[in-house]
Amino acid sequence: MAYALQQLINGISLGMIYGLIAVGYTMVYGIIGMINFAHGDVFMIGAFISLIAVLLLSMGGIMGGPAGILLVLLISIVITGIYGWAIERIAYRPLRGSFRLAPLISAIGLSIVLQNFVQVSQGARVKPMETLVAGGIEVMRQDGFVVQLAYTQMLIIGVTLAVLAVFTVLVTRTPLGRAMRACEQDRKMAGLLGIDTDRTISLTFVIGAALASVAGTMYLLRYGVIDFYIGFLAGVKAFTAAVLGGIGSLPGAVLGGLLIGLIETFWSAYFSVQYKDVAAFSILVLTLIFLPTGLLGRQEVEKV
Amino acid sequence: MLTRRGLIATTAALPFAGAAYAQGSGPIRLACAGPMTGSNAAAGDQMKIGATQAVADFNARGGVLGRQLALEIADDACDPRQAVSVANQLAGRKVAMVAGHYCSGSSIPASKVYAEEGVLQISPASTNPRYTDDGAWNTFRVCGRDDQQGLIAGTYIAKNFRGKKVAILHDNQAYGKGLADETKKALNANGVTETLYAAYTPGERDYNALVSRLKGAGIEVMYIGGYYTEAGLILRQAKEQGMAVTMIGGDALVTKDFWQITGAAGEGSLMTFSADPRKRPSAAAVVASFKAKNIDPEGYVLYTYAAIEIWAAAAAKINSVDPKKVAEAMKAQGPWTTVLGPVSFDRKGDVTVPDYVFYVWKNGEYLEV
Repeated sequence: MAYALQQLINGISLGMIYGLIAVGYTMVYGIIGMINFAHGDVFMIGAFISLIAVLLLSMGGIMGGPAGILLVLLISIVITGIYGWAIERIAYRPLRGSFRLAPLISAIGLSIVLQNFVQVSQGARVKPMETLVAGGIEVMRQDGFVVQLAYTQMLIIGVTLAVLAVFTVLVTRTPLGRAMRACEQDRKMAGLLGIDTDRTISLTFVIGAALASVAGTMYLLRYGVIDFYIGFLAGVKAFTAAVLGGIGSLPGAVLGGLLIGLIETFWSAYFSVQYKDVAAFSILVLTLIFLPTGLLGRQEVEKV
Repeated sequence: MLTRRGLIATTAALPFAGAAYAQGSGPIRLACAGPMTGSNAAAGDQMKIGATQAVADFNARGGVLGRQLALEIADDACDPRQAVSVANQLAGRKVAMVAGHYCSGSSIPASKVYAEEGVLQISPASTNPRYTDDGAWNTFRVCGRDDQQGLIAGTYIAKNFRGKKVAILHDNQAYGKGLADETKKALNANGVTETLYAAYTPGERDYNALVSRLKGAGIEVMYIGGYYTEAGLILRQAKEQGMAVTMIGGDALVTKDFWQITGAAGEGSLMTFSADPRKRPSAAAVVASFKAKNIDPEGYVLYTYAAIEIWAAAAAKINSVDPKKVAEAMKAQGPWTTVLGPVSFDRKGDVTVPDYVFYVWKNGEYLEV
């Protein structure tokens, strides 16, 4: 019981990070029908910016406490958001209206560019950071097994839920959200009705990048070790989560992320640690065989 | 059939082409191959520093056989596939000798390419027994072997942690699994059975599920066959989950990057490595010149330096850089004077006197136990 609870905590906090990144994939897919393969690397950029911010703030002596972390989060969101905007402007917008595979290839290229950029500018070595938020609380104790909930895990769960709540309000209750949903349904018609589609798509990328940067900051605080390559694995897992949940569906992305995190964790907990990815991906395959649009995806009339 | 015969003819001709080039004038090309990028880049860095310094020192003294040395740095990222392509590139550039690679998983496939193409390989760090056991003419190492390292680790655990619950973990790569299996063998031979034997996936960051599993099994000692990034993360997450556990590892933890990842959680971790080469009298002059440049020659720096020294001494002794002749001489005409002290090789290319001892991490430094 205690053991399962500990693994549940592990799985949820891991899944939340996948979910945050997955939302970025699913949003971009929803609005322009393209998989943004550079999204994992945007997450990596977010983590690096957070690390640099932490170092600069500690040097200035203003790091420490929740205020410092909030400041790091804000810096990371703003700068990564600019990256997101620039990526769309440079690599995708000129290819809009071109054949379908063009932006996809452009995205793969951009992913390599971002990785190499960080590798060259920040160095290829793993960058460790000392623990900023240490400790946790003891949830329960059973037969000598202590269930620990680390403060970083609480932070991840809290921040993810808060960010997603804000985000849901943004999409469902604001003019920008309405414009986004309109673009998603029919971009041409939305344009004819006076919606600035280019601006809406740009903002979608900025929001996606901002969510990835939140995930990057959480990742840095939780694991404390980053390198230029973390975007790849995290990106693949998050993309899987988005597909599992139903690509294009926002709650689906979070659900998918949580499921992948939980499947991986519980498979490692009760079966073999080694084959956890096999388990996660097998469940993806099974889901797609029986529900081709994912768990919460809806039937598309024509796409791809 | 014809094409296959043509292919064999080409591969057979290549060593001679290489030898012919090596006999010519101009600089002699050497290479240092290892993980210059990726999660083991700290080790690659150590090798690069050692090789660069050795080549610079020889060139300052007038080179080898009157010719200057030119060093190529090659990056395999500890990826076996990349290692093979790097090996082909280096062979194409007609290097006489490669100091590398780092990961056993890279060294073993690369050594096959070098053997075919007539390149001598001296690894400063690859400890998997298979690297030299395959019996190729060109494979040497200046470090020990995992069966020696595992024997010492397994015996030590059985003696010093008797009655405690032991877990053995590995990353399923040539080095990690090889080392973990040798340790398990020695541990079992001493009448201790591990509570848990498991593999983890390298390259990830979240090992909490594994750590909780260890916690559930009440593990007090974990032996880890793997590299420092994953070992550091597992230990950090174990302490975070409130476990009181001692980590024991192999030579791959001998880098300050391990401590940077674990922080205070690394206190008391143990690892096997050769008796500190920095403290040997033979290394005093070279260590001083590194210290003057503000470089700490930790880990594999001096091993890589020694690899190049041995090659140079053997080439000078037989007055040839022909890789096959140098390889024969290295085995037959030792011992060779190096920064590590005198080194000689057996017929397989292993060092004859390996000397593993235990180190413990204390306050960000590692000290001999």
